[in-house]
Amino acid sequence: MGYLSVSFAFGIFAVGAGMTVWQAILVSLANVTSAGQLAGVPIITGGLPLIEMVLTQFVINLRYSLMSVSVSQKMSPKVKVWHRIVVAFGVTDEIFGVAISQKDELETPYLLGLMATPILGWTLGTALGALAGDILPGIVVSALGIALYAMFVAIIIPPAKKDHPVAFCCLLAMALSAAFRYIPFLSSVSSGISIIICALVSGLLFAWIAPIPEEKGSEGKDRADEEGTVAT
Amino acid sequence: MIRTDVFFLYLVVMAGVTYLIRMLPLLLCREKIKSRFIRSLLYYIPYAVLSAMTIPAIFYSTGYLLSASLGLAVAVVLSLLEKKLLTVAVGACSTVFIVECVIRYLL
Repeated sequence: MGYLSVSFAFGIFAVGAGMTVWQAILVSLANVTSAGQLAGVPIITGGLPLIEMVLTQFVINLRYSLMSVSVSQKMSPKVKVWHRIVVAFGVTDEIFGVAISQKDELETPYLLGLMATPILGWTLGTALGALAGDILPGIVVSALGIALYAMFVAIIIPPAKKDHPVAFCCLLAMALSAAFRYIPFLSSVSSGISIIICALVSGLLFAWIAPIPEEKGSEGKDRADEEGTVAT
Repeated sequence: MIRTDVFFLYLVVMAGVTYLIRMLPLLLCREKIKSRFIRSLLYYIPYAVLSAMTIPAIFYSTGYLLSASLGLAVAVVLSLLEKKLLTVAVGACSTVFIVECVIRYLL
């Protein structure tokens, strides 16, 4: 349900940005990542440099590497290399959340089963959203335009409430992002690059001044689990 | 319209990078990351990314600045109350819809 609604919102967004229904579907099927796709679509429709796509996707999807490291440690040593290569495609927040909560070592058939539903749901939601964006009247599409951002707010705020460095890190990223939009000289920087700079500066600064406690590694995972039910 | 060949070039690059980020650690990194700094960075970055993507873009995500601002306000309040993600999204969308109906009626 979570990814169906997020991908529905993405479908509307992609069509609104100038993509065809099929292009929106292919983007979802090939990537299965919400924030990365949201940042990637304007780069495609705006014809921005390819290198910007590489950098943006790298930074925004960096969290997946952390998840992959955790999943990797849970995988049975018997799992073959090419199995790992296939399973890697499905490392998304919800799959990570479920996989990591399993007590036993992870085997390939189990992981493949776990991958199927979110990938199908994600693609189907995008298709429905893209079609809806084509059909629905303008005022409804306008109202749905805020959906993805509202979900981002819902992901950020609960952890920020409990963990104040997270809140300040978010506020700094927002302030920098606003600066890139409104300050004349900085506003010439494209959206993808600006997200990278904002996220890296805020992330590096807070990793330096407020590193997570040693034992917090597992708590971080719990957070990812909570988030995992909702965002891909 | 985006040219089909250009679209597929970008799609392949986009999906390739996204996939490699997931695949390489699964293949190469079978030990726990020891650096506290790197773990902290990986902990903060997702929140920083989402924050930077939301502000100020959310203000331009609907037909009017006013409807988007009120939608954001509703999303923040519902999130502070720790409502479900879908509830927050529906709340924000409904707010935008109602506000825009009022704006269109008044104009």
